[in-house]
Amino acid sequence: MNDLKVSIQTQDFDVAQLQRELGSLDTTGAIASFTGLVRSNNADRQVAVMELEHYPGMTERSIEKIMAEASQRWQLQAIRVVHRVGALRPGEQIVYVGVASGHRGDAFAACEFVMDYLKTRAPFWKKELTSAGEHWVEERTSDQHSAQRWGASPK
Amino acid sequence: MLEILFFARLREQLGVGRLQVPYSDAVATLAGLQDHLIAEHGELWAQALQAENVLRAVNQDMAALDSALAAGDEVAFFPPVTGG
Repeated sequence: MNDLKVSIQTQDFDVAQLQRELGSLDTTGAIASFTGLVRSNNADRQVAVMELEHYPGMTERSIEKIMAEASQRWQLQAIRVVHRVGALRPGEQIVYVGVASGHRGDAFAACEFVMDYLKTRAPFWKKELTSAGEHWVEERTSDQHSAQRWGASPK
Repeated sequence: MLEILFFARLREQLGVGRLQVPYSDAVATLAGLQDHLIAEHGELWAQALQAENVLRAVNQDMAALDSALAAGDEVAFFPPVTGG
């Protein structure tokens, strides 16, 4: 360790490919991953397009810090984060977090930790284009609570 | 010079994504810079930049209003993040 990589990109990603890269060590016993998709409904609105904006530079740095924090807390071998930006449609993949470890407990926990912190710390903003017009997505207190349960946060 | 960036809803409200402010003692802290921007641009900017949930970063690290600024710093203002 530490094999930590983050990619912010407009193009789609191949989960199977990412998975193969993560499991390339013969000491890897577990890969836990999360793939986020664009939902067609959000609070009863029909979403036609989701636009993702980010802060080039800071977004990558903040995710690097989150991955470094995860690799301090758990025994990990590699982490991959891919996050798409630009215009996405319902059903499209938006985010991938994959964690390789010797054992499943660390992989599960670290994967959820990285995702929870990404949602509350990494500078991305979603705008929904719906039949009722366009609007910026508001932050969710449930996301804040999910991140807070991990205790002291990465700066 | 200070390089100032605005993102997402804040960028749309203010109608600008990026601007420069000459460095001086008046903008030697983040709070000073914010006051300067409000004095230059008026009430709309006061409402947008002083909103309770506005986040601020200096050189791509989250920063509090009492943070010191130096010539050449990159300062960003943005709303709560909603990625993932």
